[in-house]
Amino acid sequence: MDFMLTKQHEMARTLFKEFAEKEVKPLAQEVDETEVFPRGTVEKMAKAGFLGIPVPKEYGGQGCDPLTYAMCVEELSKVCGTTGVIVSAHTSLCCDPIMTYGTEEQKQKYLVPLAKGEKIGAFGLTEPGAGTDAQGQQTKAVLDGDEWVLNGSKIFITNGKEADVYVIFAVTDVVTDAKGRSKKMISAFIVEKGTPGFTFGTKEKKMGIRGSSTYELIFTDCRIPKENLLGKEGKGFGIAMHTLDGGRIGIASQALGLAEGALERTIEYVKERKQFGRAIGAFQNTQFQLADMATKVQAAQLLVYKAAVAKATQKVYSVEAAMAKLYAAEVAMEVTTKAVQLHGGYGYIREYDVERMMRDAKITEIYEGTSEVQRMVISGSLLK
Amino acid sequence: MNIQDYKGVFVFAQQVDNVLSGIALELVGKGKDLAKDLNTEVTAVLVGSDVKGLADELAEYGADKVIVVDDPELKEYRTEPYAHALSSVIDEFKPEIFLVGATAIGRDLGPRVSARIHTGLTADCTQLDIGDFPINPVPGKEQLHNQLLMTRPAFGGNTIATIACPDFRPQMATVRPGVMQKAPKEAGKKAVVVEFNPGFTPNDKYVEILEVVKAVSDVADIMDAKILVSGGRGVGSPENFKILEDLAEVLGGTVSCSRAVVDAGWKPKDLQVGQTGKTVRPNVYFAIGISGAIQHVAGMEEADVIIAINKDETAPIFEVADYGIVGDLNKIVPALTEKLKAELAAK
Amino acid sequence: MKIVVCVKQVPDTKGGVKFNPDGTLDRGAMLTIMNPDDKAGLEAALRLKDQYGAEVTVVTMGLPKAEEVLREAMAMGADKGILVTDRVLGGADTWATSQTLAGAIRNLEYDLIITGRQAIDGDTAQVGPQISEHLGIPVISYAQKIQIEGDSVIVERQYDDRYHVLKAKMPCLITALAELNEPRYMTPGGIFDAYNAEITVWGRANLVDVDDSNLGLKGSPTQIAKASDKVRKGAGEKVTLDPTESVDYIVDKLKAKHVI
Repeated sequence: MDFMLTKQHEMARTLFKEFAEKEVKPLAQEVDETEVFPRGTVEKMAKAGFLGIPVPKEYGGQGCDPLTYAMCVEELSKVCGTTGVIVSAHTSLCCDPIMTYGTEEQKQKYLVPLAKGEKIGAFGLTEPGAGTDAQGQQTKAVLDGDEWVLNGSKIFITNGKEADVYVIFAVTDVVTDAKGRSKKMISAFIVEKGTPGFTFGTKEKKMGIRGSSTYELIFTDCRIPKENLLGKEGKGFGIAMHTLDGGRIGIASQALGLAEGALERTIEYVKERKQFGRAIGAFQNTQFQLADMATKVQAAQLLVYKAAVAKATQKVYSVEAAMAKLYAAEVAMEVTTKAVQLHGGYGYIREYDVERMMRDAKITEIYEGTSEVQRMVISGSLLK
Repeated sequence: MNIQDYKGVFVFAQQVDNVLSGIALELVGKGKDLAKDLNTEVTAVLVGSDVKGLADELAEYGADKVIVVDDPELKEYRTEPYAHALSSVIDEFKPEIFLVGATAIGRDLGPRVSARIHTGLTADCTQLDIGDFPINPVPGKEQLHNQLLMTRPAFGGNTIATIACPDFRPQMATVRPGVMQKAPKEAGKKAVVVEFNPGFTPNDKYVEILEVVKAVSDVADIMDAKILVSGGRGVGSPENFKILEDLAEVLGGTVSCSRAVVDAGWKPKDLQVGQTGKTVRPNVYFAIGISGAIQHVAGMEEADVIIAINKDETAPIFEVADYGIVGDLNKIVPALTEKLKAELAAK
Repeated sequence: MKIVVCVKQVPDTKGGVKFNPDGTLDRGAMLTIMNPDDKAGLEAALRLKDQYGAEVTVVTMGLPKAEEVLREAMAMGADKGILVTDRVLGGADTWATSQTLAGAIRNLEYDLIITGRQAIDGDTAQVGPQISEHLGIPVISYAQKIQIEGDSVIVERQYDDRYHVLKAKMPCLITALAELNEPRYMTPGGIFDAYNAEITVWGRANLVDVDDSNLGLKGSPTQIAKASDKVRKGAGEKVTLDPTESVDYIVDKLKAKHVI
C-alpha cells in the first residue's frame, strides 16, 4: 500500500493550485457577493483542459484518472466553492453519464464539446417531490413518432441556464411488478438548451456557493429527437444512481477543498492575530483545535482519494463514494465552523474567506444525496 | 594572453540620439576613481555616428582620453556593429578594466563582447573596488593585487557576491545606472581624442532596423524610476494623489501605489508595488500614507533610501524606512513640493 | 520550423529564501520553478508553433532534478526535452554556461533559439547573447513581440524609452521578457503525456566543439571572492516634527544622499 502520490499527480496539483491562486481566488469574494456565474473563469478552465479531465483524449478530454479530477475540484474549492461545484456538476453529472452510457454519435455530438469546455453540462433529476427517491418522479417523456415529448419540471439544477447540455430524467413507463405494485420506469435523455418547450424558472437565492447558477428547468411539450435517449429505455434510475456515485466523489472533493482552505486561512490568521499580547496561535486551545481540524482533513482526504481510485479500479464504488462524501462534508462543516470561531468577530465578516467557506460547506451535506442518504447507502451495504 | 599588456580603465560612453546617457558620465566618474587607485588613466569609448562632439563633455566630467568610433553603421544601436566596435577597441588598446552600463543596451552589448574576446563579465554591479584576490591570503594560492572586485546583488537582492576575474583581461562589468556618482564638472577641460575605425561590413549578423518607435506611453514604468512617490490608502482619495504627482514632478520621479489603492480602483495595477505588483529598486522611495504590510515591503525594501510619512506612529512601514516622519501627509507633502521647487530653482 | 528554447530551473524566491548555517543558499530546501522569462520564451515558441507549425525542443542545463522543468515545458506543449547534466559542468559562470549550451545546441537543427532575458537567481542577462556569439548568429535581446516573415524574424526590441522593430535573418537568437506574454497553463493530460515521454540526457561527451578549458568551474573566467546574505536593514530614524520641520528634515536627507 502506497500513500505517495506519483510525480504526475504532484505536478497536476501544482497546476491546479497555481490556477486556483491566480485565476480563481481573486474573484471568489466577488462571485459570492454578486451571485454572478464566473463565465470568464469557466472559459479559462476550458482552455486549460479542466472541463474534461477524466474524459478520454479521443473524445476531446484529458485522459486522466478520477484522482486527478478529484484533485482539481479540491484545489479549486480551496479558494472558491462555487468554481469547484461548477466543474463537478459539469464533469461528474453530465460528461460522465454520456461517456458511460452514450452512443458513439452522442459522444461525438455532445461529449467532445463538453470535454473541450466549448459547452457546459448539467444534470436534472431532482423534482419538488423527489430527490433521490425515483418513485416520486413526475416529469414524463412520451414517444411520439421520432421524438420524445417531455413535460414536467426539475428544481435546484446546478449550472442551470448557464449549461448548454442537460442530462434529464423522466418517467417513460409505469409497470406492475410481480406483487402487483405499480413501478415507474425512468429513462435518461440529453436535452439541449434552446430546444422549444425547454425554459427556465426562477433562479434560486442560496446560502452558499452563490455564484453557481441554480435554476428550475421547465419542460412544456418539449420535443427532442428519439436518438437523444441516453442508455436504454427504462434504465434511467440505474444511470442516475451510478452517475451520482461518481458525483459524490466530486462533491466530496469540493468539501475537502473547503475544509483545507478554511484550515489554511485559519493557520495564517492565528499566527498574526494577537490577543492579550500573544498570537492566538500560542494558546493551547487554538493549537488543539488546529490539531483536530488538520487530522480530520487528512482523514477526509484519504477517503476521498480512495474513492477516486476505486472509481478507476472497481466496477462498483458506491460505498467508497458515500463514505467519502459523508465524511468530507461533515468535516467541511465542522472545520469551517471552527475556523470562523477561531477568527472571532472577523470570522463573521464577509471580508474574511472563512465566512463564505462556512456557508459554502453546508450544501455539501445536502446535495447529491444528503448525509442521511449516504448513511443509508453505507448501512445498506453492511446489512445486506 | 599576457595580463601585463593590459593597462588602463575604459568605459563605454553610451549615447542615444547623440546625447550622452547619464550612465556614461557615472562610469567616467567611477572609472576615474579606479584609475587613480591603479595609477592609470580613464578612457571613454564613444561609439556612434557623428558623435565626436560629445568628447568634450566626457572630458569635462573626468575622461583623460576619448576613443571615438564613428561610422554611419553605428547611428542607431545594433548589437553586431557595436560589439564589433568595442571588441576591436579592446583588441587594439588592451585595457585592464572595461565598464559598460547595465542598461537595455549595455546588458546586450556586454555579454556579446565578453563572449567574443573571451573574458569574464560581471553583471549589474553596485560597487567596484580595487583590491586583492583572494581577499584574504589562502595558503598555496598566490594573492593577486590590483584586481577589480565587482560587487553585485543576486537572487532578487537576497545575496551579495563579490566577483573577480583574475586570469582574463579586460575585467569587464556592467554597472547599474544611478549607483555611481559622476565627478564634478570641470568646464573647459579637454581630453586626448583618438579616432579609431575598425571597418564595418554588414553581414547576416547585422539586423535591419525597420522602425524606431519612441515611447509615447504616459505611464512610466515604475521599475525604471529612480525616484518613486508611492501612496497608500492613507492618501484618502484618488483626487488627493495630485499632491503626490506634484512632488514626483519636481523630483523627476514617478507615482506608484500600494495594493489597497489598486483594489479601491484609484490607480491602475501597473503602478502597484509589492508582492502581487512590481518589485522596485529606486534610489529614493517615498512611502506616503502606506502602512507597510509585509507584501508591500517585499516589493520596495531594496530601495536605496526609504522615506515614510504616516500619521500612525506604529505603522510597520517605519520598521523599514531609513527616515520616518510621523505626521499629516496633507500638510507635509505640499510643503515639501514647494520647498523642493525653491531649492531646485536656486541651483 | 524548428525552435530551440533554453530554460532554467530556479529557486522560487516568492516561497521565501532559505539559507544554510554557513550563509550559503539552501537551494535544496527551496521550491523550484521554471524561470519566468524563460517561460515567456517558451510561450512565444509555442505560439509560433500554433501559428506557423514548428517543432519546439527545450534544453536545460542543471542537476538531474532539472528534468522537472522539461516535463513542465512538455506539459505546456513542447515536443522534446534535452537535459544537459554532468558533474564536470558544475560551478559554471555565464561564459562556461553559454559554452555548454552552445555545445549542446550544435547537435540540433534550429531556425530560432529563444532564451529568457535573465534568470531570477543570477539576474545576469548574459547567457542568451553569449550563446548567440558562440554560435555566430544574430541576437535580439529584450523581445516584446515576435513574428515570422519568410526566412526572417521581425521582433520588437524594447529599450528604456523606445522600441526598435528589427528584422533578422534566421537562424537567430531572441531573448524574451516576462512581459512578452501570459504563458499558458500546462494541461492535465499534457502532464501525464510528459511523464510518459522520453527525455534526452546529454553529458560532456555530447557537447560539440567545446574545449574542456571552457567548461564548469575551471572554465569560468569569473570567480567568487566573497558571498554573503544581504543584511536586511533595520529601522532607520523616526521623527515626529511639525510640518515645516518635517520638510526641512526631508530636504536635508535628500541633499545628504545627493538626490538634489
